[in-house]
Amino acid sequence: MNPMNYVYLSALLFSIGAAGVLLRRNAIVVFMSVELMLNATNLTFVAFARMHGNLDGQVIAFFVMVVAAAEVVVGLAIIMTIFRARRSASVDGANLLKY
Amino acid sequence: MSGTGLLLAATDTGTGEAVLFWVLAPVAVLASLGMLLSRKAVHSALLLALTMLCLAGFYLAQDAPFLGVVQIVVYTGAVMMLFLFVLMLVGVDSSDSLVETLRGQRVAAVAAALGFGALLMFAIGDVVVDNAGLDQANRDGNVQGLAALIFSRYVFAFEVTSALLITAALGAMVLAHRERIERPLSQRELSVQRFRGGMHPAPLPGPGVYARHNAVDTPALLPDGSPAETSVSRVLIARGDVRQAPGADVVVRDASQIEGDGDDR
Amino acid sequence: MPTTFASQSVQGAAATGVFSLSWLLIALPLFGAAVLILGGRRTDRFGHLLGTAMPAASFVIGLVQFFALLGRDAEDRAVSQHLYSWISVGSFQVDAGLLVDQLSMCFVLLITGVGTLIHIYSIGYMAHDTERRRFFGYLNLFVAAMLLLVLADSYLVLYVGWEGVGLASYLLIGFWNHVPEYAAAAKKAFVANRVGDFGLSVAIMIMFWQLGTVSFAGVFGAADRASEAALTAIGLMLLLAACGKSAQFPLQSWLGDAMAGPTPVSALIHAATMVTAGVYLIIRSAPVFEGAPDAQLVVVIVGAITLLFGAIIGTAKDDIKKALAASTMSQIGYMILAAGLGPVGYAFAIFHLLTHGFFKAGMFLGAGSVMHGMNDQVDMRRFGGLSSVMKVTWFTFLLGWLAIIGFPGLSGFWSKDKIIEAAFVGDGWRPWVFGIAALIGAGVTAFYMTRLFLMTFHGERRWTEDVHPHESPAVMTVPLVVLAIGSAFLGLLLGPTGAIQHWLEPVVGSHGEQTTALPVSVLTTLTVLLVAVGIGLAWSMYLRRPVPATAPVGTALTRAARRDLYQDAVNESLLMRPGQYLTRSLVYFDNRGVDGAVNGVAALIGGTSGRFRRLQTGFVRSYALSMLVGAAVLVGIMLLVGV
Repeated sequence: MNPMNYVYLSALLFSIGAAGVLLRRNAIVVFMSVELMLNATNLTFVAFARMHGNLDGQVIAFFVMVVAAAEVVVGLAIIMTIFRARRSASVDGANLLKY
Repeated sequence: MSGTGLLLAATDTGTGEAVLFWVLAPVAVLASLGMLLSRKAVHSALLLALTMLCLAGFYLAQDAPFLGVVQIVVYTGAVMMLFLFVLMLVGVDSSDSLVETLRGQRVAAVAAALGFGALLMFAIGDVVVDNAGLDQANRDGNVQGLAALIFSRYVFAFEVTSALLITAALGAMVLAHRERIERPLSQRELSVQRFRGGMHPAPLPGPGVYARHNAVDTPALLPDGSPAETSVSRVLIARGDVRQAPGADVVVRDASQIEGDGDDR
Repeated sequence: MPTTFASQSVQGAAATGVFSLSWLLIALPLFGAAVLILGGRRTDRFGHLLGTAMPAASFVIGLVQFFALLGRDAEDRAVSQHLYSWISVGSFQVDAGLLVDQLSMCFVLLITGVGTLIHIYSIGYMAHDTERRRFFGYLNLFVAAMLLLVLADSYLVLYVGWEGVGLASYLLIGFWNHVPEYAAAAKKAFVANRVGDFGLSVAIMIMFWQLGTVSFAGVFGAADRASEAALTAIGLMLLLAACGKSAQFPLQSWLGDAMAGPTPVSALIHAATMVTAGVYLIIRSAPVFEGAPDAQLVVVIVGAITLLFGAIIGTAKDDIKKALAASTMSQIGYMILAAGLGPVGYAFAIFHLLTHGFFKAGMFLGAGSVMHGMNDQVDMRRFGGLSSVMKVTWFTFLLGWLAIIGFPGLSGFWSKDKIIEAAFVGDGWRPWVFGIAALIGAGVTAFYMTRLFLMTFHGERRWTEDVHPHESPAVMTVPLVVLAIGSAFLGLLLGPTGAIQHWLEPVVGSHGEQTTALPVSVLTTLTVLLVAVGIGLAWSMYLRRPVPATAPVGTALTRAARRDLYQDAVNESLLMRPGQYLTRSLVYFDNRGVDGAVNGVAALIGGTSGRFRRLQTGFVRSYALSMLVGAAVLVGIMLLVGV
């Protein structure tokens, strides 16, 4: 099997994640889609790390995980705050910042 | 992808890995599609967790045992559970409506995602990389190799990451914290409030029909044999997950019928 | 020929002794002006005395310097004093310096001498004016600026004085600015002068561009090497400046209205000194004009036109001051004519300028004396028979009248007739055209001055009921007498002896013997004859026949002359109306074109933004879609260019 298949898979997962961000209205599901996209890129990093024969890609993937964890914490806190105020977690509801 | 047999040989992987890939990859894609399409957020979260587990398998297969374990522990274990917690806090009250409110968003989103994916695939098709393998890099062990990199070349990024984590923790606390703006009610006031308000002074009836359906989703039976509506959680009522309360006149069902109910939501 | 010595003469010796006090000539009146204008009412009590003392002190210094110059050799009579380095920009160096030579000395004496007399006269004339102190302040300012003008050793310093006299003239014409017409007259004079000043500034710029210097010495030294085109351009621009300041055709229209100022102002500024600054400028710039014969010809033409123009207007004016103003215009036309003739005319132009300064100032002051006695009336048709009640005024005016018409023996005879002779020098068509114009001018001058004199002092009394004419106080009549003596004998002193020519020769050059188109004796006879005819005509029209108190309709020429030969109408239709149309169309263009373009762009941007604003829906998913599409486009581009 060609190791590039991992990369193809990653592209596929990334696109699915992007579609999720665009299509879903529940803020938490949108957030999950974002996580999926991050994971897809991580897969790419790991795959290329192996293809290149060094560990830099894995280190980067590690950092992505750390940052994603931090992002999840803050993001979920924001979603909770919004939910408290609006009694809704729909991303379309918070649209006052506009023209 | 590669033109020459030599290169093909160099880029080929072992059969075991190929089997693993062709088993896990469809699972991951299907799970992520399910996450995208399922109407209930809890299902999405669980399907995403499945996808992440598949990815962890890929990491392990690609000489990244540390990342694979971290993926399982941090992502599937911590992050996804955090998601579930928040889902419970926010309420699993309703599932998403299928009606798209933004005009053209759905068509445009699908088109953009497909187009972007196609472009990515096309771009990847041009990439020619030999499969060097990580045997050399991992000769002292994967964790040791990563540690050597993190604490040498990436030490600054690592330190900055620590600052980021602290900031994120603080930020989450600030955001989630709610300032109390009135005096907390005393016990006496609370009990006065409970009796004056005409509310149920005693504890509500517990759910479940003992010996047959000892479960939170089954209302208790009142002495006259009718189900007690107040005995089940409102959340379950809102989700439509309440089972039929077996009344005095209810026909006795067999066990298989009862188990099959669980999937019919 | 004259360029070489002129360039030498203006480089004068360094100032020593009494000449190191040259700056005081200017500083004293300037000090007086500063004290009187800035001092306010505190100086009311002694203002007029201080104001008179300052030009008098300057006169004394000038007189001492004059005698010091007399004691020197003719070639050493130019003294320059370097004051300070004014402008130093790269290769452009302008020093503020003064140049005392024969030419500027003539002016210094005229300005301070006649100026002092007029200051004395003003003490009486303005005695009842509450603003007399301010008046003296302005007069002192004028004297200082005029002295700076004639003592400057470079065109740039001259320009400062030039603007200064323009300012003082404006302030004094509009001295009674509570009368709207007077304020308008001041504005008119100012604007007309601006046109001339524009010419001077352009001339200075051309000098710097072509010759690289603006000092007299530098410019005259470089005039040999400069191209004739450059010199012609400089000369024509200088002529424009002279036309503006000296009320020459076609910028003459302001002088008549300038009579709105108090009469001493008319005498000092608009008869004796400031309006002759143009003559000074042309003669000072002689080396430039020598190199530009075309410009010289234009100078002569302007002079000839103006002398006839002014004379014709003078015949029809009933306002005594406006008639005198027209006469001034005409007489300065003579000077400009002479200045344009070259070395043959320079000395006579200055000579006529000096004598004219005396007799015209005398007559203006005489007119002021008459107005003083007649409740400030100026209409000569309401005068008449004043000779018996204002004997001193009458007699001094008589001498002035005889001097201006060129009565043999008096000043005008020696100066004006010389100009007529000079106009006849040369060959071809020029002597005939310009000579005959000058001759006719002399005849017409005799007619209108006699008319003025007879209508004012002789004939029956046509006074309005409420006037009681009386002779003016001594403080006014004494200056009249001094000026009258000057009018009578200055010509005799300087003319027949050739003193003026001899004195000015190092500056303006000599011309040797020139042959005139007609013999000199014939010309003199002709002139005297024409003058006699003019007098006789005026006598028969205004003394033998009664003068109607209201002006008759008159012929078309009379009506035209009364309206200044339609010069205002011409200015209005040629300059004002097109200017207004131009500004209106510019305003229209500005509103519709420029503003329209700006507003259009703004509206376009605003409208487009208003539409683009709708993209900002507030829906996060729309933004995310944009981001994804943008990322896709970027990936596509990277694929296409093969990064």
